[in-house]
Order: sequence, then structure tokens, then C-alpha cells
Amino acid sequence: MEPPVSRKFVAIAIAMLAMSGMAAAKPLKVVGPWEIAGIDPAQSGFVFSRMQVAETLVSVDTDGKLTAGLATSWSTSEDGLAWRFRLRDGARFHDDSPVTAAVVADTLRKVQGGAGVFSQVPVAGIEPDGQDVVIRLSKPFAALPAYLVNFTTIILAPSSVGSSGKVERIVGSGPYRVKSLTPPLNMQLEVAPAWAGAKPGVAEVDYQAVGQGETRALMAESGEADLVFSMLPVSVERLKRNPNLDVRIATIPRTRMLKVNAASPLFSDVRVRRAISAALDREGTTRVILRNADLAATQLFPKALAGWNDPELPPLKRDLAAAKALLAEAGWTPGADGILQKDGKPFSFTLLTYASWPELPPIATAIQAQLKQVGIDAKVSVGNSSEIPARHKDGTLEMGLVSRLYSIVPDAIGTLRDDYKAGGSDWGATGWSSDELNALVETMAQTSDPAARAPMQKRAIAILQSELPSIPVTWSELAIVANKRVTGLRVDPLEVNYGLASIRWAQ
Amino acid sequence: MQRLVLARLLQAGLVVLVVGILCFVLVRALPGDPAMRIAAGRYGPDANITEAAEQVRRELGLDQPLLVQLGTSLGQLARLDLGHSVVTGLPITKELRIQLGATLWLSGSALVLSLLLGPPIGLLAGLRRGGWVDNASLGGAIVLRSLPPFVLGLLLILIFAMLLGLFPPAGYGTWRDLALPALTLALGLAAVSSRVARDAVAAVVRTPYLAFARLKGLPEPVVVRRHVLRNAAIPVVSYLALQAIYLIEGVVVVETLFGIPGIGHALVHAVIARDVPMVQGTALAMGLLFVVIAAAVDLTCHWLDPRPKRI
Repeated sequence: MEPPVSRKFVAIAIAMLAMSGMAAAKPLKVVGPWEIAGIDPAQSGFVFSRMQVAETLVSVDTDGKLTAGLATSWSTSEDGLAWRFRLRDGARFHDDSPVTAAVVADTLRKVQGGAGVFSQVPVAGIEPDGQDVVIRLSKPFAALPAYLVNFTTIILAPSSVGSSGKVERIVGSGPYRVKSLTPPLNMQLEVAPAWAGAKPGVAEVDYQAVGQGETRALMAESGEADLVFSMLPVSVERLKRNPNLDVRIATIPRTRMLKVNAASPLFSDVRVRRAISAALDREGTTRVILRNADLAATQLFPKALAGWNDPELPPLKRDLAAAKALLAEAGWTPGADGILQKDGKPFSFTLLTYASWPELPPIATAIQAQLKQVGIDAKVSVGNSSEIPARHKDGTLEMGLVSRLYSIVPDAIGTLRDDYKAGGSDWGATGWSSDELNALVETMAQTSDPAARAPMQKRAIAILQSELPSIPVTWSELAIVANKRVTGLRVDPLEVNYGLASIRWAQ
Repeated sequence: MQRLVLARLLQAGLVVLVVGILCFVLVRALPGDPAMRIAAGRYGPDANITEAAEQVRRELGLDQPLLVQLGTSLGQLARLDLGHSVVTGLPITKELRIQLGATLWLSGSALVLSLLLGPPIGLLAGLRRGGWVDNASLGGAIVLRSLPPFVLGLLLILIFAMLLGLFPPAGYGTWRDLALPALTLALGLAAVSSRVARDAVAAVVRTPYLAFARLKGLPEPVVVRRHVLRNAAIPVVSYLALQAIYLIEGVVVVETLFGIPGIGHALVHAVIARDVPMVQGTALAMGLLFVVIAAAVDLTCHWLDPRPKRI
């Protein structure tokens, strides 16, 4: 007699179930450029927060608005000096210990004493109070929640810290936990059983750091990687034509600009800085080097930074005649070799840049050629990124081409406050400051009402556009490539959270 | 044979001393502020590093006089304490274990692959000098050796990873990941070792004892196996020690191209970040590796040809 269900059918069904089980257990292969140098949150915390292994108190959504992280809500006292952050119910670390206000307060106190951005907030004390963490300030600071999005403030379990007092393993509270970590290039993640929220669609993630942009493109094309971050502009066109790949491009709040030493006799005259800005061919540079002419910067902040980009501001654009006129007005006359001179000294200087971002040296070389057309002789020197802060400190910097990230704290006030204060900063102004701008920035830091801030923001941007202590050159894009095998990818222009938990295998 | 081992041990000791001093001196002689460089290595090119650099300076004692720092560094080395990386904070021995492992797998596979490719082709070429195998392998060897490893690696990726889809273009973990990087290095090594083997075999073929072996009526495979192989092997094996240099130099480039977390990749990053303990550790690893390879080659040559060397 035939069995009701033939054995062959059962065998095939089991095999198919096993295969589908195996397919679900196949790790999501993620490739990115960031190496995991050291496990200290101040150094590589961004990898763990982007991969959703560790969480910060506050997070952002894709429009840049602050949303809940480990803290579900927050409020401030009447005088603005005490902030109360309520922690999420039932949050647990990967070692199953609960996320308590005491642990959070301890972590934040340690971070405050370090060298990260949180140390710039005027904190007077951080105390636990039941399920709340109370942060007391020495003066009102409306942007405090934004500072708590930064990756240096990730909250780790006490078991992360070893006997030496330093972080030895990452025990976070996110949906994924570290299965194995082989610094600097490889990390494997699996779903954390302690995660009480929506179960992630992919059970295992394999992150591989590949520093070469061309190699990342090849990994995307060959199908070896499911998700690849940060493509070079030249690879993007080719990848877009590939039918198996889904290329997403997001404008990110990163500006490439010329950091000018306004105390140097060459650049102290604002007319000279405006002339240099008018001599730049931003459209040509972005079209050829970045493959997107829309990235030509018309002002310092890109449109992605809501509220900080003023569409009515007259844009910076190329005008060689005006540039030459401004330079002549400032007392520079062309010498015999075409290079401008004043009091017998030629207009010659070193333009310093670095190769950490591969497009910076070609952009510097393009700028050198463009300045030559108005008689300015710039020598390009490609060094290490630390040379620019070093020369800013000892005052020998003449001009540097830098790439400045404005989303270190989601509210640009954070970077603005540091970059243009008296004395300038590593990546901000050198030898320039404006009392009016500093006063505006301080008032904005204490104002939380967007309507009251708007005119101050406009005025601040107008000052920077007119005085040009930093001459904007281009804005930036981030290209992310996903194989059509995966769905549910969302691109975060502020690069805070890559949303791995919402990625699923396409059926 | 004891003299051989003793000589290599002495060489190893000398390598440790010279590398220790040279690394310290050369890295300190590089331009730029080391505290700033280390801070940039730790926190990346977006962070404000001026304050962090001051913390680094205090933490590592970089404001002490240079001779004091050299003394501390050599003292640590004498105690066989390689220290901690100033960038990642991990102990150097732990870092080296991961990276040396990756590099040993890569160079080991490359060496084995090159021995499977080069000497057999050289043998065939040398047995019939001037034949088509000889000329074809000469042309191939010239092309492969003149291509830098970076170009060769990219070509192999394009052919095997993109066109044929057989191997992954980058990464480290399974034997499939090692295939293309090992092949890149192996082709360059095999190019030269095939010519060395060809010359050695050609020299043996012209000897009277080989002519006699053939005249005796021995079949060709027996002649090759009994007389040619062992005599021709000596120059090939001794050349292996020199090839280790090509391997070490090629490993740096290949590791960066294929994303392998090996010694070469670590050394490049350590030099840029002025991470003296790491530079010292990786340079020592590479230097001692060379000494070990040279010692192994010496012993193998001694086994192949036990005749005492004429002074």
C-alpha cells in the first residue's frame, strides 16, 4: 500500500525547508571603508552605532529630526538648566544586565571628561533619578539633545570595561550584538536575544572593511557583497547600469572648503578672499571630479542641513573679471611673469591638503590651475590630515583644502560654535573671528524656538558668506549600493544609523 | 649543521637590535608632530585633534628627551615586551598574532603555488633548451615579472572575479578569498624561479654524468628523477631565500588591494600614524621571518647536498 504522503515528497520538502533555512541564515555581507582601529568608543564608536550594536540616548530620522534612542523622551526645566531624559522601559544590554539610569550617568560622565564633542557642552553634573537621567548645565544650552546623538556618547554595559579601566569589548543595547571582532578589518554580528523591539529581518551580518574604493566597486559588481557603502564618483555610473544593483545617492552635510589664514598678509584683506572665491570654477570641478555639477557649493551649508541653507542668499559664482578687479583694488599688480605682486613680494603660497579623502588632491590641483588664471601662484602639498591642525596651532598655515563634516552633531550649531570661536579651531577659521557672529551663536545655542532662531541663522550665514574665513568649494554625496537580493534599505544622510535591522532578503 | 643554526640565531639577535634602533630613529626623524599624527590615527580626519594630541603627548611621554625615549623603547625590547599600539591600545603581540597569521597564510600559499608552477615549467624548458617551451616560458616570465603586483592583481580580479565569477575580489576568511592574492604573488615568483630552474636543469643536462646516464640506456623519466632533480634543486632552493624579499615587498601591496588584514597593511598604517611600537613589531616580524626562511633554506640545501663546502 502506498504511504499517504510519498517518501520522496517528504525528502524534497525537508531539503527545501533546509535550503530556505540556510538562505535565511546566510549572513548579510556589508562592505564599508571604515576600519575598526581600536575598540574605544571615541575612536570607532561610529561603526558600532551605525551597525546598531550600541545605542545613544537620542537618535535622528532620515529628515534630520531628533527621535528617540535609548531615551524615549526628554524635557527641560523652566530655566533651561536641568534636562531630564526618560530611559526606554525594559532595555537590556547584550550581557542581559538592565540599562539603568546609574549606568547611563556613569558613561556620560566619563565621556564628558574625554576629548569628544560632548566635552564642549557646559555640563555641571549628571545624576540618575529613578528611570530618568538628569543633566544639569551651568548655562542654558538648547542643543544638548543633538550632542547626545554623537557616537562618542554610546551607552555600553559596565562589563565592557576591563580591569585597566579601558573598554575591552562592546556590550551594547542594540538589536545586533558582536559575534566576533577581528580588528581592524572584520566584524561579525548576530541578532541579540536581549533586544525587546521588532526582530531584525537578517539574522547575521558580516562587516568587511575594504579601504580601496575600486575594490569596493568590484565587490558590489561581482555580487560578493550585499551592501556596499561609499563608492567613488567614477564607479557610480558603471554601477547604475548594472541590472542587479540598486544605487542610492544621498547628499550629506559635508563641505569641502578652503581654510584660509586670515591673519596672513596675503589673505587678511577680505577683497582678496572674495577674489579667490570668484576665481574658482566650482561647476567644472564638481562636474569632472565628483561627476555631479549640482555639488558646486553656492554657500557654506548644503541644502541637506535644514534651516542652515538660505535659498535667497546671492550664490558664490565664478567671475574672473570681478576677481581681477578686486585683487587690483587690494593693491596687487601683475608682475613680468604674470604672477601678482605687492611691495616686491609675489602672491605665492602653499595649499595644503590630505589624501584621506581621495578627491581632495585632484580638487586642490584644479584650484591651483584656476588661481593661476588670476595671477595667484599656489603650490599644492599633499600631506597627512594632522598637518592642518598642527599648522593652524603654530600659525604657519597659509591655506588648506579640507573636508568638513557638519553632522558630527546633527544641529550645525555644534560645529559652528567650535569652528568660528575666537582663536578658530582645527578645521574652522584661522586668524579670523567676528564678535557679532560669536554673540549670535551663543544666543542661538540657548534658543530652542525655531522661529526665533531663523533670523539669527540667516544673519550668521550672511556674515560667513560675506567675510569668507572659509571659502566653500563643493558639497558632498554618499553613494550606497545594494544588491537587488536585499530590500528595506534606507539611507541616512547624517550617517548616524544604517538601519540594518530593517533590511530583509528580497523574496 | 650546528654552525648553520648558530649563525642564524646570531643573525636573529642582530636583526632585533638593529630593527629596534632603526625603527625608533627613522619614525622620529619623519617630519610632523608625532602626537598629532597619533591622534589623527586614533580619531580620524574629521575630529578636532589639538586637545586629543596634548592628551596623547602626556600619555606617551613624547615631551621627554629623545635619548630617554630611545632608552625606554630598547629596555622594553630587551625584556621581550613589545608594548601596546599607541593607536588602538591593543598589545602588539595580540595584533601581530592576527596579522602575522593572515600574512603567513598568504605568503605560504603563494610560495606553494609558485613551487607548483615555476620549477616544473623550468624543468621542461631546461630539458630541451631552445625549444618552444623554453621560448614561451621566457616570454611569459618577462611579462609577468615586469607587471607590478598591483596591476597583476587587478587583472586577475577582472578575469576571475568579474568575468568568470570564480573567486571573490577581496576579503579574508576562506580559502576562496586567498586564491587570487596568492596567485598574484605566485605568478611573479614563479616567473623568476622557472628561469632559475631552467638554467639549473640546462647546466645539469650538459654534464658528462648525465650524458653517461643516457648512454647507459636509462629511460628519460628515470634519468630526470634520479640525476637531474636533486642536482638542479640546489640553485632553485637557495634562490627561494632571495625570493622571500619579493614576497615581503609584494605582500604590502597585495594586502592593501585585496583587503587582507596582514603585516604589510598594518605596517603602512603604522608608519602613517607614527605608531612606533607597531612599526617595530611588524618590522621585527618581517625581519625575523626572513631569517627563518633563510635558515630553512640553509638546512634544505644542506640536506640536498651534504658535501662539506670548500672554503
